[in-house]
Amino acid sequence: MSTLTGVSAADQTPGPDGRTPLQADRASTGRVGDRLFGGAATVSGVFVIVLVTLIAIFLIVQAVPALMDNSASFFTSRVWAPGGEQPAFGILEFLWTTVTASTIAMLLSVPVGVAVALFLTQYAPSWMRQPAATLVDLLAAVPSIVYGLWGLIAFAPVFKPVQSFIEDKLGWFPLFAPTGISGGTICFIGVVLAIMVLPIVTALSREVFDQTPTAHKEGALALGATQWEMIRTSVLPFGRPGVISASMLALGRALGETIAVTFLVSALADGNPWSWSLFNGGETFASKIANNASEFSNPNKTGAYIAAGLVLFVLTFVVNSIARVVIERRKAFTE
Amino acid sequence: MSTATERRVPDDDAVVDTPPGNRPGREALTEMSNPHRARAIKDVVARVVMWASFALAMIPLVWILATVVLKGVHMLASPTWWTGNQRNINSEDFGGGARHAIEGTLQMVGFTALIAVPIGILTAVYLVEYGRGHLARAISFTVDILSGVPSIVAALFIYAVWVTAFGFSRSGFAASLALVLLMIPVIVRSTEEMLKLVPNELREASYALGVPKWATVVKIVLRTAFSGIVTGVLLGIARVMGETAPLLILAPYTKNFQRDLFNGNFPTLPMMINNDRLDIGLAAAAERMWAAALTLILLVLLLNVIGRVIAHFGAVKK
Repeated sequence: MSTLTGVSAADQTPGPDGRTPLQADRASTGRVGDRLFGGAATVSGVFVIVLVTLIAIFLIVQAVPALMDNSASFFTSRVWAPGGEQPAFGILEFLWTTVTASTIAMLLSVPVGVAVALFLTQYAPSWMRQPAATLVDLLAAVPSIVYGLWGLIAFAPVFKPVQSFIEDKLGWFPLFAPTGISGGTICFIGVVLAIMVLPIVTALSREVFDQTPTAHKEGALALGATQWEMIRTSVLPFGRPGVISASMLALGRALGETIAVTFLVSALADGNPWSWSLFNGGETFASKIANNASEFSNPNKTGAYIAAGLVLFVLTFVVNSIARVVIERRKAFTE
Repeated sequence: MSTATERRVPDDDAVVDTPPGNRPGREALTEMSNPHRARAIKDVVARVVMWASFALAMIPLVWILATVVLKGVHMLASPTWWTGNQRNINSEDFGGGARHAIEGTLQMVGFTALIAVPIGILTAVYLVEYGRGHLARAISFTVDILSGVPSIVAALFIYAVWVTAFGFSRSGFAASLALVLLMIPVIVRSTEEMLKLVPNELREASYALGVPKWATVVKIVLRTAFSGIVTGVLLGIARVMGETAPLLILAPYTKNFQRDLFNGNFPTLPMMINNDRLDIGLAAAAERMWAAALTLILLVLLLNVIGRVIAHFGAVKK
C-alpha cells in the first residue's frame, strides 16, 4: 500500500464523488503507513507509562520481603542493620537529612535564582544579557560530580569557619547547636546543593520571564508603575507557573542528588544521640544507597536499600504531582 | 536611578481619577508624595537586590569553573592523556591517560541515545500529533514523573530487574539502561516543544495536497523541527553523560580499555573521577581526578555548544 514516495494506494483511489476524501482530522484513517506510524507513536507513549509503573512495581515487590523481616519500625527507627538473622532498619535519619538539606537548598536557591533570572531579563545591560544567560545555561549542564568535588576540596575549608561562627553565636538555638562535626554537615550539604541547582532555577525562570508579553509590561509602565512594580504585577504573575515547575525540578534534583552528597556527607556512628542541629552529620537516602552498592550481594540487604529507594521515589513522585497540580490550576486561570 | 524617579505616578493622575466632590486639597497632595517616595525607595532596593543576587550567584559558579580548569588543565596538555589508559598505574604514580574512560563514556551514552532517542521522539510525536484525551494526559503525566525520578532510583530499578530478577551481572549495558530512563523524558519534553513550534499552516498545506498524516509528520513536521530535535538530543546526551549514580551501582570501573558493554567492568569518566577521589590524599590521584573532571566538563560543554549552534542556525522561522 504505502510506497517510498509517501503516496499510498488510498490516495490514488478516488472517493465516491471522484475526489480523494482527505481531511486533516481524518487524514490518518486506514492507511498502512498511518496505522504503523501512529501505532508506533502510541506504543512508545504507552511504553513510558508501563516503564514508570514497572519501576514502582519492581521496587515494591523487592522491598516487601525485606520489610516483612524487619524487626524495627521502618519509618521511626534510626538503626540501619539490614543483614544478619534479625534485620533491623529504619529510615528516620535519611528522611530527616534528605528533607532538611533539600529545604535549605530550596530556601537559598529559589529566591536567588529568581532574582538572577529577573536581573538577566529586566535589569542587566543588554550587552551582558546573552553572555551571562549562556554562562548560566552551561553551568546548569555541569555534572553534579564536579560540584561535589568542588564542595569537598575548595568550599569545605571556607565553610568551616562560618559554621563555627554560627555555632558560637547561635549555638543556644537547637537548629544551630554544635555537635562536634565540622565537615559534611547537613547545612553544608544544603548549601552545596543550593549552588548546584541555582543555575537550573535561573535558566528555567529566565526562559519564562523572557516570554512575558511586552504589552503587559508596557501596560504596567504606562499606568505609572515603577520598574519593580511592573515586575511584581506583570512579570512575576506571568512567570509563576514556570518558576514553580523550575523549583520543583530543582527540588527533585536536590532530593535525589547522589554523587555530590556521597562525596560530602559525614556518616554518623551507630547509636549517636538524636539532634535537631543542622550542623549534625547524617546520610541521605541516595548517599546511603550509593555508599553501600557493594553490599548488594545479599538479597535481604538489597531489599532494605530498595525500600529506602522506594521512599525516595515516592517523595519525588509527590513533589512532581503537586507541581503538576499547581501548574494546571494556574493555567486554568491564565487561559 | 533617575528612570526610577521619573516613573513615579504623576500626582495629577490621582486627582483626575477622584470625583470632583472629594478632590483632595493641596495638603493632601503633599502627603501623598510620601507613599510615592516609599515606592521609589522600594524600586531602588529591588534593583540593588537583583544586582547583588547576580554577583552573589556568580561567585561560586565562576569559582567552580576556575578550580577545575586550574587544577586539571596541565594534564590535558600531555598527549598521553588522550591516547593512554590507567593500566598498571597505581594511585601514587603520576601520568597515564584517560582514553579508556573517554571512549567508554562516549560509547555508553551513544548506546543510551540509540535506545532513548527513538522512544522519546515517537512519544513526543504521539503527544503533539496524535494524542488526545485521557491517554495523552496519562502519558504526559508519567513523563513528568519520569523526569523527576532520581538517578539512584533508576539505577536501583535496573538493578532489581537486571541483576536480581534476571540474574545477569553488572555491566556497562545495565548502566546504559538506567541512563535510558533518565534520557527519555528529556528527549520527549524538548522534542515536544519543537514540534509545537511547527506552524499549523504547514500541516494543513500538506494535508491539502493529499499527503497522508504519517508522511506529513515524517516529512514536514519532523523535518521542520529537525534542528531543534537534534539540539534536544545533544542536550539530553550531555545531561546523562555526567550521571554517576547508575555507574556506581551498575557498572564497576576498570583502568583498562574495554569496548564490551555487555560483559565485565566498564571504564567511564565519572567513575574514573570517583576512583581517584578515594585516594585524594595522593597528589597523583588528585591531579588525575581534576583532569578527568575537566575532560568531562569539556565533553558536556562541547555537546551543549554544538547543540546551541545547530539550534541557532536551524531555528523554525516564524
